[in-house]
Amino acid sequence: MQKLKEFVTDFGLPRIIIFFFLIGLFVAAPFVGVRIDTSISDVLNRFGQNAILVLALVPMVQSGCGLNFGLPVGIIAGLLGGTLAMQLGLSGWLGFAGALAISMPFAILMGWLYGQLLNRVKGDEMTIAMYVGFSMVTFFSILWLLLPYSNPTMVWGYAGQGLRTTITLDNYWGQILNNFLSVRIGESFFIPTGMILFVLLCALIVYLFFRSKTGTAMTAVGSNPDFARAGGVSVDKMRTISVIVSTMLGAIGILVYQQSYGFIQLYQGPLYMAFPAVAALLIGGASVNKASMVNVLVGTLLFQGILTMTPSVINSVLKTDMSEVLRIVLSNGMILYALTRKTKVSK
Amino acid sequence: MIKKTSIRRFFADNVVVIIFLVLTAAATPVSGLSAGYIVQEILTRIGRNSFLVFSLILPVMAGMGLNFGMVLGAMAGEIGLIFAVDWNIIGVPGLIFANLVGLPIAIFLGWLCGEVLNRARGREMVTGFILGFFMDGIYQFVVLYLMGSVIPMRSAAITLSRGYGIRNTLNLDSVRQSLDDLLMVKLFGINLPIATYLIIILLCVFIIWFRKTKLGQDMRAIGQDQIVSNASGIPVARTRVIAIIISTILAMVGQIIFLQNMGNMATYNAHRQTGFFAVAAILVGGASVTKATIPNVFIGVVLLHLMYIVMPRAGAQLFGSAQIGEYFRDAFSYGAIALALVLHAWRKMRGVEIDRAGLRQGVASAAPLEAIEPIKEDTL
Repeated sequence: MQKLKEFVTDFGLPRIIIFFFLIGLFVAAPFVGVRIDTSISDVLNRFGQNAILVLALVPMVQSGCGLNFGLPVGIIAGLLGGTLAMQLGLSGWLGFAGALAISMPFAILMGWLYGQLLNRVKGDEMTIAMYVGFSMVTFFSILWLLLPYSNPTMVWGYAGQGLRTTITLDNYWGQILNNFLSVRIGESFFIPTGMILFVLLCALIVYLFFRSKTGTAMTAVGSNPDFARAGGVSVDKMRTISVIVSTMLGAIGILVYQQSYGFIQLYQGPLYMAFPAVAALLIGGASVNKASMVNVLVGTLLFQGILTMTPSVINSVLKTDMSEVLRIVLSNGMILYALTRKTKVSK
Repeated sequence: MIKKTSIRRFFADNVVVIIFLVLTAAATPVSGLSAGYIVQEILTRIGRNSFLVFSLILPVMAGMGLNFGMVLGAMAGEIGLIFAVDWNIIGVPGLIFANLVGLPIAIFLGWLCGEVLNRARGREMVTGFILGFFMDGIYQFVVLYLMGSVIPMRSAAITLSRGYGIRNTLNLDSVRQSLDDLLMVKLFGINLPIATYLIIILLCVFIIWFRKTKLGQDMRAIGQDQIVSNASGIPVARTRVIAIIISTILAMVGQIIFLQNMGNMATYNAHRQTGFFAVAAILVGGASVTKATIPNVFIGVVLLHLMYIVMPRAGAQLFGSAQIGEYFRDAFSYGAIALALVLHAWRKMRGVEIDRAGLRQGVASAAPLEAIEPIKEDTL
């Protein structure tokens, strides 16, 4: 009993409720006429889409920069890579690889600048990160209109300039990871194997990175900056590296998201993308200053599971679409819970 | 030398204001709008927006940063207005009724917000921001599902055709500009909503008076140092909650004034941008996270809204696209908030370094010189 109690306080009551809620949704699904196999495919697909964006938050949490509400900085780098690869006419695997390759220098540069900024505002990173993200998205909205893109599938037809709000990836690299080694059983069961493998690969790389010398030093900086400095670790340098890695993962994350979704969303699209990612990470059991790969994978699965299941199940039960309300309350409630929790000394 | 640093200090303290001033000064002639039109718009917007911006002052005084949780007050005001329209109470009595309905909701939400923020000391701003999102969900639940089904609604005109839930746009014809028109004076062809201005002046007087009361002094003390305040017998947690409650109530009244001027209300979106505009305005007016005054509010409202008026037109003239102007003003407003927050955090960190250098002084005399020197250089 004591052990159970300890586990509940350790893991957090909200997370346990969410977990059982999701189980309940899956159990209830067949009774209200929602197909389980379609639901599982949807959950897997959305898990793959979002997991790397969630993963992108981990380095900054570990280095003590808090929850990266400035994720749009990385997303913008990814969008630049994606649009430039399209502009160059790259398609298929070459296109996707090209988009990744082109986005990396942008991500490193932006991440470095963003890291320099965050190093000067220690203690207030989260609010500032949020507004840096917002500023970047709106600033790039101007650039999407002004940059001299000319590929006809990307620009507005009548004006001949300015990128479209959504660009289809159909003839470029849409679904390319999803379809790689994919398994299709029957009409409605589909496993996007390639994307899941890619996600796991990224998670493995980040996991190994945190086992390396740099990664350990980064965790040390996050746990106790004064001790880390005393141990000869440059706090600012580690934080900068964590921000750069986070930004790079953000860029990869959005490219994976888009290839699965099939469209590039520009302009105000990325404005609020950081919030669901943050919520997913926290649902997975992370706190403001501690996050692991398990948190990322479990959190994304739980959060996306609920997002997929609630509209179908709740709608069939209540005959009304409450899923939007549930999504807002759930995701923001989770962030609130994490922010208001007394930060525990790490184990 | 002293003069030079003082000029620098002035620039450093007001860099956000100066950037906005230069920007709007450049964009105004380009926009090609007439002076009369601009003046009229600005005067209207002062009446419409400044009350909302004032709601931010008290929490800043109490050291809680910019109260993004003011959105909760805006929601309370909207619920009040929904009932005023539903009961068809016309004109100023309708507004008073809306305030009376909103008041208990605002007090409750303010208390809730205060309690939540007390659990998130040191990161009040981001917590308040997320709390606003969270409450938006609850607000949607209440207004879209409970109103008309659980909460009785009398008017079929404002409920959705399915029988419950409020329509997406609420027509506020019954109270439209009733406060503004109460005492409208026309001067040189420009309309001045004197009644609204009087209420705002009343609020200014209240804030000046409030600062001198025991409670106001307590808040300022807490804003300076929570530990010392606690040691000297000020109930810190309680006073912080009171600051947020008052702020939430003011935001509620502010939102009602804002919406009566607009004349209709986007039921589910009206409050989404409220916090952003209010925070942007007070920061553009030269306030910081720890210091906000009455002039900051007025300067900010004038500058921010001047930019919002002229930018789309300037964009249309320069780039042939009003859209660019709109993105431009959004980017600059977000950028202004980011810049103001960064400058403040930066200065705070420098302060910590000075303290640290002061401690070291006894040990090594070379260190403080090194540590202090760049401060003057870098405050720019």
